[in-house]
Formats: sequence, C-alpha cells, structure tokens
Amino acid sequence: MNKYISLITALAIGMLVVSTSWSTSKPEATEKAEPAKTEPAKTEEKQKPENKSTADHSKFKELKTNFQNGPQVTKACISCHTEAAKQVHATKHWTWEFLNPDTKQKLGKKHVINNFCTSVKTNQSFCSACHVGYGWKDDSFDFKKETNVDCLVCHDTTGTYKKLPGLAGHPNYQRMEWPPHSGKYREAVDLKKVAQNVGKTSRDTCGGCHFYGGGGNGVKHGDLDSTLAEPERYLDVHMDKDGLNFTCGKCHQSDAHEVAGSRYAPTAADDKGVLIKGSKSDRNPNTCQACHGNTPHDGVEPKLNDHTNRIACQTCHIPAFARAFATKMSWDWSTAGRLSEKGERLQIKGSDGRVIYDSKKGDFTYEKYVIPKYKWFNGSVKYTLFGDKVDGTEKVKISEFMGSADDPGSRIWPVKVFTGKQPFDAGNQTLAVFHTAGEDDAAFWGNYNWEKALQVGMAATGTPFSGKYGFVETESVWPITHMVAPKEDALTCAQCHTKNGRLEEVGGIYMPGRDSNAVLDFLGFSAALLTLIGVLIHGGIRIIMSKKGY
Amino acid sequence: MERIYIFKRFERFWHWTQALLIILMMITGFEIHGAYNFIGFHSAVTVHTTAAWALITLWVFAIFWHFTTGEWKQYIPTAEKVQAMMLYYVTGIFTHAPHPFRQTTLSKHNPLQRLAYLFVKLMINPLIWVTGLLYLFYNSWSEWGLDWLSLGWVATFHVIGAFMMLIFFIAHIYLATAGHTPTSHIKAMITGWEELD
Repeated sequence: MNKYISLITALAIGMLVVSTSWSTSKPEATEKAEPAKTEPAKTEEKQKPENKSTADHSKFKELKTNFQNGPQVTKACISCHTEAAKQVHATKHWTWEFLNPDTKQKLGKKHVINNFCTSVKTNQSFCSACHVGYGWKDDSFDFKKETNVDCLVCHDTTGTYKKLPGLAGHPNYQRMEWPPHSGKYREAVDLKKVAQNVGKTSRDTCGGCHFYGGGGNGVKHGDLDSTLAEPERYLDVHMDKDGLNFTCGKCHQSDAHEVAGSRYAPTAADDKGVLIKGSKSDRNPNTCQACHGNTPHDGVEPKLNDHTNRIACQTCHIPAFARAFATKMSWDWSTAGRLSEKGERLQIKGSDGRVIYDSKKGDFTYEKYVIPKYKWFNGSVKYTLFGDKVDGTEKVKISEFMGSADDPGSRIWPVKVFTGKQPFDAGNQTLAVFHTAGEDDAAFWGNYNWEKALQVGMAATGTPFSGKYGFVETESVWPITHMVAPKEDALTCAQCHTKNGRLEEVGGIYMPGRDSNAVLDFLGFSAALLTLIGVLIHGGIRIIMSKKGY
Repeated sequence: MERIYIFKRFERFWHWTQALLIILMMITGFEIHGAYNFIGFHSAVTVHTTAAWALITLWVFAIFWHFTTGEWKQYIPTAEKVQAMMLYYVTGIFTHAPHPFRQTTLSKHNPLQRLAYLFVKLMINPLIWVTGLLYLFYNSWSEWGLDWLSLGWVATFHVIGAFMMLIFFIAHIYLATAGHTPTSHIKAMITGWEELD
C-alpha cells in the first residue's frame, strides 16, 4: 500500500512539473522590426571579397588592350569563354521574355505593361541601361550577335562600370555630364581596368539594377534596396555583413548563366524538404525550404511547423518591408505634365526629401516600414497584357496572384500591392503603350503631350492609337521575399491569431483567435451566465432562510 | 457526529489536480478562442496544450483506478430517489429538511450526482477530448484519412464542449455547498472524511 502511495506521489510531482513548465512568451504586439540597438558606427573599409580565382585576368594578353567600347571587351572574353555569350542569349536577362508554361502568357519586360514606367517599347535606349547587352535602342537590335552581350555589367568588381539610361546599354566611353543638366560630370569608363578585374557577380553588380527597379532606390519591390549591399543583421539575417554575409547568388544559384528564381513563375509552395547538394533534382534551389526544409522549428517551437502547409515562411519572417528606404506605393500618371508658371518642369519634394510630384511622371506616394498585404498564392501570376480588354470602368489588375485555401499548392504570402493610374487607349480598349524618353519631339518627358507620346508608342505595337485616351486605375502585386528579419523579429502568434489581425482578410480557413461562431458564443455565455444567476439566487434564498431560523 | 471515509487519497489527488487543470484550460481555452486577452495567445496555447497532456496522463491513471477498485460502479445511474433529490433542492434545502440521501462508502454520490458525473464522463469529456486531440493533430489529418473534416467544425464542437464544462463547473462549485452542512462536501473532498448528521 505504501509503495502504491509513493508511486502516486511521484506521479503527482511529475505532473505538477509538466504543467508548470511552459515557457514564457515574447511580447505579442511588436509590429515593426527595428534594430534592437544602435551599434557604434563602423569605420572600417568595405572588405573586398577574397579572390580565390585560379586566373588573374590582369595577366591575360587579350585584356592588355585599350578597349574602345564594350563589344570589344566581350570579343576578348568570348575568345576564351567560348560558350558564355550563347548561354547568356538563352536567359531572361538577355531576352527580356518569359513564356509562362501554365498560363501561356508571353511575359518578360519586353511584353508586360506595369504601373511604374509602364512599358519598354519605344523607350529601349533608356530601359536597356539594365539589359545585359550593348546597343538595344529599337526593334532592329540583333539578339543573335555574341558581341552584343555585356559581360562586365555583372562581372565588374571595381564598381566603376555603370550603364547610363539613354546610351542603349553602353557605359559612357567619353566624359559626360551626368545627370543631364546637373553640371556634374562622369569620367569615361576605364574598360581595360574593368576587364582585367572581372570576377564573380556580387551584391553590387546584381544590385546595380535590382536595387533600383522602378526608377530609384527601393522604389519598385520594397524588399530590395541599396542597403542590401552591406546590410546589418536586423535588415537581412542572411546577408548580414558581419554574419552570414550571403551574396545574391547564394540563393539565386546560376547554372550556365541561368539564374534561379523568377518573379514571373515563383515557387509559392515547396513541401519537399531540404534540397541536398548533389541530389538530382529540377527543383528551384531558390526557396527557403531548399535549405531549411519544411519543419525548421523542431526543438524550438514545433507547433510552428504545423503552419508550413498553409503559410509561406516569408509571412512570419518578413514582418514589414521597406525597412531601410521608403518604397513607392502609388503612381498617378494622370497628373503628369503640369508645369510651373514659366513653363518649366516641376519637382516637388515630400517631407522626407523624396520627389512626390514630377511633371514628367505625375504624383507618387512613398511608405516606409510597410505592413504587407497577405494573399493566397500558388505561384501562378496572371497579367493584364497589351490587347487585353480595358474599358476604364474598373480597376485593372496589372498582375494578380492566383491561389486559394482549397488549393493544396497555395500558401499565404506577404505582398506589396502597388496602385497606379495610367493611360489606356479608350478606342482600342487596351492599356496604352506610350513613348516616354528620348530626344525626339514625341517623348512625353520632353514635350508633355499625351497624344504625341501615345501615337508613337501605340504605333510601335502595331495597333495604331485610336485618338481617344483616358486614365485607368491599376493595381500590381509584388511578392515580398527578401530582407528576411532575424527570428526575434518574426511575427508573434497574436499578430494573426486575433480579431482584426494581419490575416483578417485571408479567407477560406478557420483560424483560432480570429474566427468564432457568434451565435454559439452568445448562447454559450448566456447559458453560463444564467446558471451563475440561478445558483446565486438559490444560495441567497438559503442564506435568508437560514437567518430566519430554519 | 458520525464520520465516514469516502474519498481515498488518490481520488482526492485526482479531483484537485483535475480541477486545477480544467480551470487553467478554461481560462486559456477561451483566450485562444478570442474571447479576451489575458496572458497572450502564445502563452495561452502553451499552457492549454501542456495542461491537456497532463490531464490525459491523469485520466489514464484515474480510469485504471476506477476499474481496478470497482469504483466505476459509483456512477451507475439509478432512478431511485431522483425525484426526492430534486424536490429537496427546490424546497427542503431551504428549511434544513432531512437530506433524502444518506452517503455510504459503497454509494457516495446521490442520484443526481451520479447522473451529472456520468454525463460529464460520457458526454462532455469525450467531446472535448476527441475534438481537442483532432485540433492538436490537425496536420496529421491527411495521413489519418480525415481530410473530410473541417477545422471550423472541429473547433465549434470543441467550444460547445467547453461551454458545457463551464456550466457544469459553475453548478458543481455551488452544489459543493449543498451537503449536510455547507462545508461538509468540501471538507470531505479535502480530508476524505464526510460528516453526517
């Protein structure tokens, strides 16, 4: 009997220990991931990546030449790297084209119309400052010519190679005023030096274009800006310059110049676990799961693993975007063209110093520390392309994320929703292509005349301008996937598991803390309250009766 | 005054541990349900889940105890004196009329208690346990071939069970004062000894 009692006592103690051993929780309402503490400013020089190459390009006689232009450098490059240009020719960086295998939509910068600068057509000599080629100024560009490939824009390590808008993908070979009419001058590029110092791609070379998408730092994506060249830990736990110090290519692995990771057909859900190095697989190596697997919270907070079949990693781990630079959230082209009393271009700056009105472009809004919107996403993006019917009566979904709660391949993703107002051809009932930049009479950025800009732009599409135009409201959706915050800044449970929380608008699922049956709650609490009142009355009568001497 | 020993040591331990765990689970459960903010959703889930496992463990021992000791027979329902008990609660209790039921070691619950506890054991508890475990193992549903279930419905039935438990809890606490003296049941639950008239 005594043994039996001690067994039970041991069990009791055991259970008390278990029932009191829950961990203390984090504060629930941290909305912004900000640096936890300000570190003292670091004065040390930015460290050059250690050169482990087996080839010192400065010793190659092919590169001991005073190159006159980019294509001459490329010619030297491909005299050894014989297949490089052909490989580049097959990539989106070169073709600016992408055929979505699911929707059959023809995408890529060459074809889509976005709600930033809208379209590349008739503006190639400007846009091609971010093309990996030389000379793309109009439709006559030779996409087959190997020396048209620009090797240096990605492989420069000197930081001195810069392609300028308006030069059709070339850097300036002569000293020139830049920005135009600024009174400042940019020295001619030293092609020999750049060529002799080529190396691997870097955060600086990728960022040269990708940090500045949409026409400025952090403008387009909100999760990519120049701070990623040397980020602190709070901003990007992987690229942290004093920590893991990842390059872009660490995740965006490339094979034969084809870089993994595509915004046109992203991998929204990856449930196959860790992608082991060397394993035969055609999976996208550029997902969180490819390294972390689908149960990355083992031993820390296993319940979180139960979320990975519904929620993209990014949803919790990127609590806000535009955490370093403000990102553009809207662009209204309809107000463009307003000039000063003297007939000069206006540029009005907001309180943070960024331009919020420009005669060339219209009105903008910028936001910092933006809380994303959340959407079901299965990786398929549907675009409204040139020729798709737009009659101006309803908001045009420039890009729309497909997916739903019923689709096992969908996850809840954080997104940036960018709204705009831009020209459409009211006669042809389509989004309009217009001529933006150039030295000619029709470019909107010189003459502020919509009719002329539309005439030239539409003519280039093969569908002549109808003569009638208007401005239509548009919306585009951008996945938030960069600038992963350290784990201590990840969302806490209650930021979603509450009424009016982050995922308030996400439908199709039952979420504890957010959802409940109002009728059941009313009936349940009423019944409990009536029971309480009943026993209080019963007890009251007992007390009164007992005082009366019963 | 006569005293009889009706609640053995394990039974008392079981009762009070279960009481503590159920109170914790009601507080945290309704917080998880979104009824209020108290200790925060994250802590509420941790406490609720930990308490659930502790209670399951306790239950395994309690069921074992009930069957090995034959104490399960205490819950066999009887129609005898049910009416008399109900009448007592609406009249006699106010005038200190003699209690219609006399406890013995072999029959320690009055007929209404038997019915109430049987309802808890066969209805409320299984509802809470089944829906609760399904809730907890939501991610294994497809492995178990339970894809046809909806979390919304499982949660709804779990909440129905919780409301029933809450109502039982209120009534139970009050009726603990309805013994031969207002404190005699409570004392018995602590010491094991019930005082009789």
